[in-house]
Amino acid sequence: MAARLGQRRKWADRIMRALCISATVIGLVLLASILATLFYRGFEAMSLRVFTHITAPPGSEGGLLNAIVGSLIQSLLGTAIGTPIGMLVGTYLAEYAKNSWLGNAVRFVSDILLSAPSILIGLFVYQILVLPFGGFSGWAGVAALAIIVIPIVVRTTEDMLQLIPNTLREAVVGLGAPKWKMIILICWRSAIAGIITGVLLAVARVAGETAPLLFTSLGNNAWSTDLSKPIASLPVAIYSFAGSPFEDWIALAWAGALLITLGVLGLNILARTLLRSRI
Amino acid sequence: MSLSTETQNATGAAKSFGGMQARSDAALNSARIAISNLDFFYGDNRALKGINLDLPDRQVSGVIGPSGCGKSTLLRVLNRMYSLYPGQRATGEVMMDGENIIADSMDLNALRARIGMVFQKPTPFPMTIYENIAFGIRLHEKLSKSEMGERIEWALTRAAIWDEVKDRLDRSALSLSGGQQQRLCIARTIAVRPEVILFDEPTSALDPISTLKIEELIDELKRDFTIAIVTHNMQQAARCADQVAFFYLGELIEVAPAAQLFTAPKHPKTQEYITGRFG
Repeated sequence: MAARLGQRRKWADRIMRALCISATVIGLVLLASILATLFYRGFEAMSLRVFTHITAPPGSEGGLLNAIVGSLIQSLLGTAIGTPIGMLVGTYLAEYAKNSWLGNAVRFVSDILLSAPSILIGLFVYQILVLPFGGFSGWAGVAALAIIVIPIVVRTTEDMLQLIPNTLREAVVGLGAPKWKMIILICWRSAIAGIITGVLLAVARVAGETAPLLFTSLGNNAWSTDLSKPIASLPVAIYSFAGSPFEDWIALAWAGALLITLGVLGLNILARTLLRSRI
Repeated sequence: MSLSTETQNATGAAKSFGGMQARSDAALNSARIAISNLDFFYGDNRALKGINLDLPDRQVSGVIGPSGCGKSTLLRVLNRMYSLYPGQRATGEVMMDGENIIADSMDLNALRARIGMVFQKPTPFPMTIYENIAFGIRLHEKLSKSEMGERIEWALTRAAIWDEVKDRLDRSALSLSGGQQQRLCIARTIAVRPEVILFDEPTSALDPISTLKIEELIDELKRDFTIAIVTHNMQQAARCADQVAFFYLGELIEVAPAAQLFTAPKHPKTQEYITGRFG
């Protein structure tokens, strides 16, 4: 009896293990084939021209310079605007409104925003910044990306501040420090590595966003860094080139996709090392 | 006032209660802080009940009692630490220099500069040793660079850690050992030049040698500061304190000069506690 029970358990264990391993294999194979295709096609299409020329009509020598620069401008500005707002909201949640009604409401809304489909954010900005101000613009794109950045930074800031033991706060206050000095000089300082990690992850996230930019900064095949006009970006360039029938455009789309992937990968590695060096 | 040198003899004092080296009877000084009819509430829970207690000027008051008896709460009243938390409140009188500490009108930052606190676990700030000490000073005073240097050396010397850190003031405070961190925290507290220092189980996270150093330090500090020390360790109370107060279930059961309380307690509860019947 006991032996039979043991056999049954052994088999249950084997089946469970087999299921877990095959699920892992399926996931890894899919991911690996995506990456393999991306790297193969991307590196094939990669050349110096990608970085030195702007997008051009099919058949002529074109690159992605305008899209790369447009993406950099929009992602960095969006992060620069979203980060302070997100940090202040996260600080409010962790230091001032821990258990208050308003704090819980803000936390809830921010978490919903965190997982909101980004196309909704694009449509929202389209309604409030594109329609009333007469057209697509880089600023609208920046605003959409900033809105995506905010909840990410809110969450990491709050989480990192909550890791700080209350005894440290009491030690600061016990020296006669007002609360705002405690937050800025000690709490932020203790949490800074974690917050920067969150910001880097936010940059990585918005750098690859297409949907919110389609309705806001639209994309631009000409060279432009004017944020009051439509401006190019890598994800939108990939979106429009990949769907085109021209081979050289499709190749450029692969090159752009590879660039974004490498950029996001780099940011993730940087974020992880930062977080690890802290612990 | 005669100071018994045996107070430094940790092993001797740890032998047994019969052979415990309580400091010899010394007359108690006049009160630096006078507590009368103090009640304290965590929400509806009354954690201190009608406390009347004087802390004698430039002497050490030990506070002992089993867990949850209210001894740490008492310290948190004295520097108004409880005011950080909504739902905690105190009623009654805690008089110092003719002012009621627990009055709403009290300037808390100024109060905490006068009544410093050292916590159970060392709480170094994530910055250099120098900056750790300078932090508290800068909150209250504007010193020139040389004055700041002198004050920092003075504080570190008083905390008996100057020789160990003088060559690495620019190193992170987190690189110090636990015992050194705790002495750094004491230095940080006295650098603000308070009148009263509260120790909340300052050695419970430390090894015996660090404990001994801190006890010696407390003995030395009482020449200039009025000291209250909460401890779980009755030998420590006997070694350090001039006066000992025994708390039980939120009430002050007995307060007396250390030697008297440990050798001839008046209250049966005190007798039971110091002989280890409960705790």
